Amino acid sequence: MLRKIALWIEDRVHVSKLYASTAKHQVPRNAESWFYVLGSGTLLCFIIQIVTGTCLAFVYVPSASEAYTSLEYLNYHQQLGWLLRAMHNWGSNFMVAIMILHMAQVFLFGAFKYPREMTWITGVVLLLCTLGMAFTGQVLRFDQDAYWGLGIGAAMMGRVPVIGPDLVHFVLAGPIIAGETLSRFFTLHVFIIPGTIIALVSLHLRLVLTKGINEYPVPGKAVVKATYEQEYEDLLHKDGVPFVPKAISKDLIFSGVVMLGIVGCALYFGPEGPHGVPDPTQINTIPKPDFFFLWLYAVLALLPDYLETTLILTVPVILLGVLFTLPFISGTGEKSARRRPVAVLAVLLIFLSVGTLNYLGTYSPWSPHMASWSADQTPVKYVMGRTPLEAQGALVLQNKQCRNCHSLDGSGGLRGPALDGVATRLTGDQLIRQVIQGGGNMPAYGKNLSPAEVAALVEFMKTLHGPNEAPARDATTPGTPGRVEKQSSQSARSSEP
Amino acid sequence: MPVNEQQCCPQPNAGSSRRSFLLKLGAALNVVAATFIGIPVVGFVFSSFRRKGPSNSWVSLGALEKFPAGETRLATYRNPFTRPWDGPTGDIPCWVRRIEGERFQVFAINCTHLGCPVRWFQESHLFMCPCHGGAFYEDGSHASGPPPRGLFEYDFKVEDGQLFVKGGQLPTLSQPV
Repeated sequence: MLRKIALWIEDRVHVSKLYASTAKHQVPRNAESWFYVLGSGTLLCFIIQIVTGTCLAFVYVPSASEAYTSLEYLNYHQQLGWLLRAMHNWGSNFMVAIMILHMAQVFLFGAFKYPREMTWITGVVLLLCTLGMAFTGQVLRFDQDAYWGLGIGAAMMGRVPVIGPDLVHFVLAGPIIAGETLSRFFTLHVFIIPGTIIALVSLHLRLVLTKGINEYPVPGKAVVKATYEQEYEDLLHKDGVPFVPKAISKDLIFSGVVMLGIVGCALYFGPEGPHGVPDPTQINTIPKPDFFFLWLYAVLALLPDYLETTLILTVPVILLGVLFTLPFISGTGEKSARRRPVAVLAVLLIFLSVGTLNYLGTYSPWSPHMASWSADQTPVKYVMGRTPLEAQGALVLQNKQCRNCHSLDGSGGLRGPALDGVATRLTGDQLIRQVIQGGGNMPAYGKNLSPAEVAALVEFMKTLHGPNEAPARDATTPGTPGRVEKQSSQSARSSEP
Repeated sequence: MPVNEQQCCPQPNAGSSRRSFLLKLGAALNVVAATFIGIPVVGFVFSSFRRKGPSNSWVSLGALEKFPAGETRLATYRNPFTRPWDGPTGDIPCWVRRIEGERFQVFAINCTHLGCPVRWFQESHLFMCPCHGGAFYEDGSHASGPPPRGLFEYDFKVEDGQLFVKGGQLPTLSQPV
């Protein structure tokens, strides 16, 4: 009976024909490698995202007034809602990570070269779509980070000349970040981008069937347009294996590991956020993007300001230009990474830069620590045994929020230099000038400090040097340390024991 | 087009010209019909690209007594253009500095660098931004960090003992409040 049903389906649907032309297609035996599991791993993550995302959409309300509540509901009331949210979040982390590795592998193995240019180009668009999913997904987790993240996006688009304001209005779907903005990003995240991804993945896979999977590159064997396709055909005949059941085994093992990884991380770490009500009047917030965009957050803090707008507007265009034209610039020649030192160095450089920037983004040394002035105590060793004037100076340092940018004994902001040894770098006069005039990225405090406060502050800072370390002295008067002593005793009494 | 027709249909007969006419008619009909569907779709999607009407209007920040002279205080207003489902996102904060009498400065909350919310520090008389380290003096001018200009300033007026500002849109570098 079952056999009859199977035969009937086969007769009507031609399953075995489809199977023979897809799953059983021949691949070079040397492509049966652990390096070749990353593409199927990315696709698996995408499928998990569709399944978990669809589940979340049963409950999530894409309305600016309700989204946050519905996320809380998912976390705490909906049965298994927390786990589905966690799996969706970790699925996205795994998807971005595996996709980046896939891209690096494809690049290092020369798989973008003739005749697989279109496979690479569709891959680049898929990369953009996936990053688009990451950003829009972060917006749908409609909390403070999402709100201010949208603000950062709008501020960047506001720098576009001429059409800037219209563009901002278009992306926000209104004059401010509000209800229609969320609906817009919901549509992008749930309909437009996933639909595009499904279409492009189909094309991407179709190209793998028509042009074949890249053979494992052999150093010294260059791609020549006239002969490559014939050589590939010969390789398949001589040393080819069917994808199923031969080459797929490693993909299957990797898929299993990825799924266990996603479920494991979801169970262990739980769902991400939402972090705070998306109420712009709650301004005590420190907005930060998810890790996919932390590097960008770091770049925007570290760029010199005179270059910023130019780079924000041109670098993405240049990068995309390079990615899209890569298979045409370097479409033939060596495939093996062993013969392409520049390619290897480029990948290393990009990974190191993005890694370093992401690491910096996690603790953002360029941002003031907003609560340091009230939360971080002045270390006892810096106030013990000091004169009343110096102790008063320590109080000024604390109250005037200097600690938000300057650290003492390792606690406090990292925006400005640590003040622990400041007396060895600046003389009393230089300290006064720096406090009053600012400069070198420090605001001027001349209007906000009375002369008495400045005197006390500087007197305290002159005590900030290690034991047996000589204080800084005026370089314009060499060999007369006595004069320095005299000078500083003029501004206030010297008291170092 | 006729060349292709002949290539694909090896035995030309009286029916072929009729078929090719029907094909052309069908294609043309579809183009026209799709245009009728496409125009409203594109118009709908891109309607927010063109801004209609003024994007600002006067909103009250409350009675003048809320703002003591010489102080800088946080004030909020309901954005004049909202939808019923905007929720808390329709409440917009701003910093009000009352210099003295009826002399005010009202600053947008958004840092001029990338729009993060700046915070006022009463003791050091500075606005500091938590994102990329921008800082501004009490009069809104740039003090340090990456912002390319001072804080965005609202137009304001005093009427019936109340402070009004002209608000309504997210300030950006190319279109300050």
